[in-house]
Amino acid sequence: MRFILGLIGAAFALALVCSLFSGLSTYFANPPASLASDVFHKEPKELHLASDGPFGKFDKQQLQRGFQVYSEVCSACHSLKLVSFRDLKGLGYNDAEIKKIASDWKTQVPSINPDTGEAATRKALPSDNFPPPFANEVAARAANNNALPPDLSLITKAREGGAAYVYSLLTGFTKQEGYKNEKGAELLKEFPEAKTPPNLHFNPYFANLNIAMPPPLTTDGQVTYADGTKPTVDQMAKDVAAFLVWTAQPDLENRHAAGLSICIFLLIATILGYLAYQQIWHEAKRTVRITGPLEPENQAKTKRAKAKQNVAG
Amino acid sequence: MSFSWAKPYEPKSKFMQWLDERLPLPRLVYGAVGGGYPVPRNLNIFWNFGVLAGIFLTIQIVTGIVLAMHYTGSTDGAFNSVNQLIMRDVNAGWLLRYAHMNGASFFFIVTYIHIFRGLFYGSYKAPRELVWMLGLVIYLLMMATAFMGYVLPWGQMSYWGAQVITGFFSAFPIVGEPLRIWLLGGYAPDQAALTRFFSLHYLLPFVIAGVVILHIWALHIPGSGNPTGVDVKDEKDTLPFHPFYTAKDGWFAGAFVLLYCLVTFFAPNYLGHPDNYIPANPLATPAHIVPEWYFWPFYAILRSCTFNLFWIDAKLWGVLAMFSSILLLFFLPWLDKSPVRSGSYRPIFKRFFWLLVIDVLILGYVGGAPIVWWRTALGQVAAAYYFLHFLVILPIVSAFETPDPLPSSISESVLHGEAAEAAPLGQTKPRPGSVATAG
Repeated sequence: MRFILGLIGAAFALALVCSLFSGLSTYFANPPASLASDVFHKEPKELHLASDGPFGKFDKQQLQRGFQVYSEVCSACHSLKLVSFRDLKGLGYNDAEIKKIASDWKTQVPSINPDTGEAATRKALPSDNFPPPFANEVAARAANNNALPPDLSLITKAREGGAAYVYSLLTGFTKQEGYKNEKGAELLKEFPEAKTPPNLHFNPYFANLNIAMPPPLTTDGQVTYADGTKPTVDQMAKDVAAFLVWTAQPDLENRHAAGLSICIFLLIATILGYLAYQQIWHEAKRTVRITGPLEPENQAKTKRAKAKQNVAG
Repeated sequence: MSFSWAKPYEPKSKFMQWLDERLPLPRLVYGAVGGGYPVPRNLNIFWNFGVLAGIFLTIQIVTGIVLAMHYTGSTDGAFNSVNQLIMRDVNAGWLLRYAHMNGASFFFIVTYIHIFRGLFYGSYKAPRELVWMLGLVIYLLMMATAFMGYVLPWGQMSYWGAQVITGFFSAFPIVGEPLRIWLLGGYAPDQAALTRFFSLHYLLPFVIAGVVILHIWALHIPGSGNPTGVDVKDEKDTLPFHPFYTAKDGWFAGAFVLLYCLVTFFAPNYLGHPDNYIPANPLATPAHIVPEWYFWPFYAILRSCTFNLFWIDAKLWGVLAMFSSILLLFFLPWLDKSPVRSGSYRPIFKRFFWLLVIDVLILGYVGGAPIVWWRTALGQVAAAYYFLHFLVILPIVSAFETPDPLPSSISESVLHGEAAEAAPLGQTKPRPGSVATAG
């Protein structure tokens, strides 16, 4: 049986070695051309938010500013389907404010006319989720050159890089002509065919460099912050990224607080458990490792003990 | 129990006596994990991972049952029920979900360490072949359960993972495609597949629990192995499970659960994939479809086969190689004929063992990363080595290797056969079963 199994193993190894050589020969015969996105795609910029790290907490002022940017800019195209108005309590709004935000929301909630049963709309309530800007995917694509603006509820969890990616994308729009990467290579000289097609916009932080979304934050002062913070493009991008961390993980503060106390509890329990274990095993004279009287430390102790008892040797 | 010196159960109270006479459950527990189960005294930290696996199975079942109370198993509702209802509206729902998600990862971490412990110390050898094989059955059930659980949130990776994994079956000639359609209940993953995955994902953990009982039962016939691989000879070689190993398992479980909590609370999405926070979309294929990290080595083996050799095409080679990479472990007790169990006393085997560990880590890295020519080549070499290791190298090494001298007993390995002098003079303490005293 071992012989048969050995043959089977050899057969698999042979199939794999054949795969190896055919793969390598194909590669060296016609090496695949590198793509513009391989060379010119950029990793997200660094972004530091109050919610970072194991002790991170939200900066509620910033979340409110980010929410303002979302409602005045992003929400024209992007839905926030998984978040409801009542959740805004987490941003520090009170019940009356939330009620007003919901009923003033620019899109209404689908309902039925109570008299005729026909389709109708009504003002949103705090218990409603944010109504999407488009009734369905077809409508969204029709209004956006056949591109679908993604829902933003989970966006910072659904993209590699999270909030830093959102921030980089929003501030990363730039002119493609003459664009160079860090190594000084010029995109359109190396890849003339990679010119951004019409209706797309060049952004090196986007996976394939060309994104359907036009730059949403274009001028400083696009929104007016109530708390007096200067609304630069960079500031607005940071604020909305912070807000989208909250929409994706409203549990973050609770999680950090619970995690801290549970880990401290477990640490103490483990230390006590370890001491109990030492106590119990002490009696069994445990030496799990292969060590013994010949260890230098033990030899020294033996020598001392023998000297004390006046034993020769 | 297996050893004549195993203490029989003696009820300490009238009630326990009454119970024991009618239903000897206390006797069973005492003999299994109490003072009535003698365990080799020299177990190292790697023997803690069996108990840990049991702890993580329990965590998964408890969190899973509560999650199922809030989950909606429909293609329209599944994503929202997880990402809005459970994560936002259910009290501590985020904790349940993150604990379950990361619990699966830690269950696999623990199980992999447990399996590699078995590989190094020859835990698969006589008389423990069935313990090993039942363990592999548990592992296969775990893989099926984990895969189906990953489909339930119905995100992009859920959907495309289901598409790819059920696609394996279509590699088999003639029966393959009808089999795949029958398993999915349709031509692509849809409502029928989601419903049956949910049903099976709820069922299989209890099947696992059943096989765990068989695994432990089979283990308790010969008793636990130990790092020397030498059989237990007399009472000096063992300690009762309770309190010695309950104490050791206790603090170590605390330490390991602490590690699990650090990940669950402070980096809950670190081990997952961002694409699974995008709702499933049958019309948009993700750029890189990858399974969860614990399947990466097998995914690498699957993707490594790219050549139509003989009458078998590359896809079928890949699928056969992937299934065989696990199934061959069932033959391990007969592939490795060395009479010495422990790798510590096998100088050549030991080197190949560590080579295997590196090999599997390389396969894992290759399986999780996007395809690049050199990475594919590395994966192919590593996959070929994997098969050669178990099916060719191991049988040859075990036939020709000269093992190092073994200690004549467990207590000798622990005490160097010099019980009286094992501790510094004047400091020897009496211990259970000790005959020697300080002189």
